[in-house]
Parts: sequence; C-alpha cells; structure tokens
Amino acid sequence: MSLYIENLKLKADSIRQDIIKMLEHAGSGHSAGPLGLTDIFTALYFNVLKHDPKNPDWDERDILLLSNGHCVPVRYATMAHAGYFDTKELMTLRQLGSRLQGHPERLRLPGLENTSGPLGCGLSQAAGMSLAMRLDKIKDRYIYVVMGDGETDEGNIWEAAMLASKYKLSNIIAILDRNNIQIDGPTEEVMPLENVVAKWQSFGWKVLETDGNNIEEVINALNFAKSIENSPVILIAHTIPGKGVDFMENDYHWHGTPPNAQQAKIALKELRTLRGKIRSESE
Amino acid sequence: MSIFRSIKKLGPDMKFEPIREGFGKGLVSAGKVNSQVVAACADLTDSTKMGLFKAEFPDRFFEIGVAEQNLVTVGSGLAAMGKIPFVSSYAAFSPGRNWEQIRTTICLNDRPVKIVGSHAGVSVGPDGATHQMLEDIALMRVLPNMVVIVPCDSLQAEKATLAMANDKRPNYLRLAREATAVITNEQTPFEIGKSYVYREGRDLTIFACGSLVYESLVAAEVLESEGISVEVVNVATIKPLDQKTILSSVSKTRLVITAEEAQINGGLGGAISELLSEHLPTRMHRIGMQDRFGESGEASELIKHFHLDSGSIVASAKELLAQ
Repeated sequence: MSLYIENLKLKADSIRQDIIKMLEHAGSGHSAGPLGLTDIFTALYFNVLKHDPKNPDWDERDILLLSNGHCVPVRYATMAHAGYFDTKELMTLRQLGSRLQGHPERLRLPGLENTSGPLGCGLSQAAGMSLAMRLDKIKDRYIYVVMGDGETDEGNIWEAAMLASKYKLSNIIAILDRNNIQIDGPTEEVMPLENVVAKWQSFGWKVLETDGNNIEEVINALNFAKSIENSPVILIAHTIPGKGVDFMENDYHWHGTPPNAQQAKIALKELRTLRGKIRSESE
Repeated sequence: MSIFRSIKKLGPDMKFEPIREGFGKGLVSAGKVNSQVVAACADLTDSTKMGLFKAEFPDRFFEIGVAEQNLVTVGSGLAAMGKIPFVSSYAAFSPGRNWEQIRTTICLNDRPVKIVGSHAGVSVGPDGATHQMLEDIALMRVLPNMVVIVPCDSLQAEKATLAMANDKRPNYLRLAREATAVITNEQTPFEIGKSYVYREGRDLTIFACGSLVYESLVAAEVLESEGISVEVVNVATIKPLDQKTILSSVSKTRLVITAEEAQINGGLGGAISELLSEHLPTRMHRIGMQDRFGESGEASELIKHFHLDSGSIVASAKELLAQ
C-alpha cells in the first residue's frame, strides 16, 4: 500500500477523533453515520473533489451535497482538516451562534452546498444543478450526493432517480451509505431495501459497489464513476456504522446518540492507538 | 369623488380571462428578457399555461412528471446554479404536497424559486374539494423569506410574473382557473409588496385578493347606490403586507371586511387580523372559506354557495354597519 494512502488513513483517523470530541462536547448528535462515512469524506476532500478551501465559492468547483444532513459532523471535521476553517471551531458544534448547526445550513458556513436534515432532497437538488449546468454547457464539473440507505425510504429519492435517468444526468455521482441501520433498527427490518443494486439498475442508473471504509477502493470507484457517460451513477458504499470504535460498530443504538465523557475517552484511546497497534503519547 | 382610479370602469363590455393566462404570457416575456429564466412543470403544462413558455423555449423547460416534491427541489438546484426557475402545478399539489421541501430547500436554503400554484380556490368547480386549494396562502405565508402574491386578474398576473423574475427571494404566485374580469389596465401599477386602493370610500374598507377584488368592486357600487361609501383595496401581495396602505385606509374607515377565495384562517383574513389587532384593533368580517372544504359545482354556483359573491359582500357590509 502506498504511503499516500497510508497518510489518508491517518488523516481519517484524526477526523474520527475530532468527530468523537465534537459529539461528546455537544452532548447530542449522531455518532454511527459520521464515523462510517469518514473514509469516504477523506477520499472526497483529499483526493476526488475539485475544490479550494480558500475560495469555497470557486465557480469551477465540484459540488458535494450532503443529503442525509444528520451526518454533518463528518463534513465539518473533514472541512476543518482540509483547511476551510480552524479545527478549534469544531467544538462549537450545535451551540448557540455557531456556524456548525446541528444540521447543515448553507447560509451559515461557506463551503456547504445545501441545507439539509429532512431526508430525501439531495438527489433532486443535484438534478436541478445538473440541468442548469447542461444549459450553460458546463462539462467538467461533477455533483456528488451522499445519501443514507435509510434515507431511500423517502419517495422523493425515487422521483429524483427517475428524473436523473430520464435526462441522462451523467455528472451526478450518488454515494449510498449502505450501513444497514436506521433509527428504529436494521434497515431490512424497518423497511427492506434489497435488492438495492437491482432497484437502482432498474431505474436506469449505473451501479457500482465498494467497501466504503477502504479509502483506496473508494477513490478508485469514484474516479471510475466520473468516466461513465449517458447515465447517472450510484456508488453503493458498504460501510460499518460507528467504524473505528469497537463498541459503536454495527450497533444501531449509536445512530442518533453521542458518546458520554467516559465512552469518548475509550473511543479516543482506541482511535489514537489505531486499535492498540501503536502506543498513544497522551495516555 | 375619485372612483376607480387607475383601473377600468366596471360594465357589460368587460373582458373576462383566466388569471393563469396572464402568467403564461408573462413567463414568455420574462424568458425573452432574461435567458436565466427556466421553467418546470409536474404534468400540467397546458392547464397551468406554462405550455406557452415550453413552445417558445423548449430547451429551458423541464417536464418533471407527477412528482411535486421533486418539482420544487429540482427548482432549488436550478436556482443554486443561478437560474430563475418557475415551477408550476395545481396549488393543491404544489405547495399542497411539498411544503417541507419548500421550507428546507428553498426558504431556509434561500433559493429564489418561483412556485406557481394554479387552479386555487373553489372556482376550480366540478373537480371538487380535493382540487380546490384553500390553504395555500396560509401555508406559504408562515414561511420566513417567502413572498406571497395573489393577482386580481390576468393582466396583473402578467405583471407579477415579470416582477417575480426580477425578485431575489422565493416567491409564491397563486392563480385561478376560471375566467375573471380584467379590471386593471396597462397603466395600473403593480409592485411586489404593495397594496392598491382601487376605490376610495369613507364608511368601510374591503381588503380583497384574487378574483374577489372584482366581486368587492361590484359590491362597492351596489352599496354606493344605497348611500354607503366603501373603499376597496387590492392586497395583491399578502406577504410582505403593505402595512402603511392598510393602516392608513383603516384609520379612515374604522370598519373592515376581508374577502378571499381561501380559508379565512391564516389567509388574507388572518394576515389583516394579525396586523390590525396589534396596531389598530378594528371590527371586521372575514369573507372566505369558513374552516371547511368545498365541493363539486359550477364556479359561479360555488362562489354564491359559499357566500363569496358580491351579493354576500353587500350583505356582510350592511350587517357590519348595523352592529
């Protein structure tokens, strides 16, 4: 494995530590989704996206829409690490007057592309953006949409899926966080989503699959997605909710819960030592 | 006494045209003036009169299908890229079905999408209660950043559409199906945020919107013949409300009727009540749908049945004056 990818993995580890600290400090918020999505966000902000942290409104940038707004802690933490703002500001999450609202508000923080929280809207907004770009003959900008799997219970998603397919909006690359949990339990118990691949294929989408916690695979899959023409693409990213923290992994109870001080301490030690592989200097 | 300032004289030779017709024409004009104007519709292109724009600018028109949630969120995306999207359907479906998407992706997200709800009110007629949208004014009025416009005739709808294309805020435009008397003329002013005194009077002010402006003017003529002097104000923009014009009229007449083809709760009647109760408590009657749904029938029958016609306004005025 290349040094480059090793460094991205360390970056993801630091971002996960900040997510734990932010959530513990805020005292509310979602843990599992952001930790599961950290490798994808690291891949996006440190490799895939065309963007400029010093010029968030750059008119040639790629667009990243976070459709499942509750996972925004991972976006804030990754943006801070990418240089959009100081990591110290992460500790203001969910506080009065903070730019880091509990669910993302575009007008509060430069670099956010949409206001989200109520689920199911990101893909439609991407479709509108893509149609506008086509009218303006813009060809070299991509629109990435991160969605949760439970989110695809929403009818709005499928309305958008049909439209993007109808107009062959091939600069849309959706990333489905297939972590198999939602608030009330496992997705296949709450509202069965399978066969996910066949569903999206039947809607006219090109479907790719990847291990969403393998940064190298995610980068390769997204770069391949860019080359696909004539149809929108969805990358089914199989992730482990709560990834990196043993007691959170694959437990749906952590969907909407933050760690308390004691739990945060354990989680941080685990992340800092890369699960005991190295010694932590701050013990 | 100055009567019918800047609008047409009522009479048998008046032209009748659906208010939505003016929207269709206005959208084509707006599209010619500004190439950023685009349009999307949810499978009702001809009846919302968006077909005129589609014929003129086929590349700038998007057919969304029967998917109103998608309609407005796609609008949000179009606006994000600098377009000025007009998105239309029947008011019962948009904003009837997609209120949360409008709230989150348009109002809170501050994207200047132009939501056009056609076939509002009981005058949709035979289609019945499901299609007679009565709550749209209330639904849109409570949203921060949203502008709510209810034009009184086709010509005003045309002017409103052009003004909306130049407005940087999210807008809601309410249209109706039935042919309505064209009471304004080319010179009649229209500006978003302004209410207009169409007839001056001393004893009572009628604040009306949409097709009931015409009914109110007819009622005012009848009342005048009986010695009652009525002021008629067209509240063409319900939000933001033209407080100055409204308060100045009420401080003169000190008696108010509101008239709308919508629920009185939360609609124009609600808006005027809120303003007056805080700034100038005044006795008033609210004409409109009294917390109930409509039903099938011909438009003219329904307007009478639900006491929204000029005769009902006359009766209401007399009752109020007698109290």
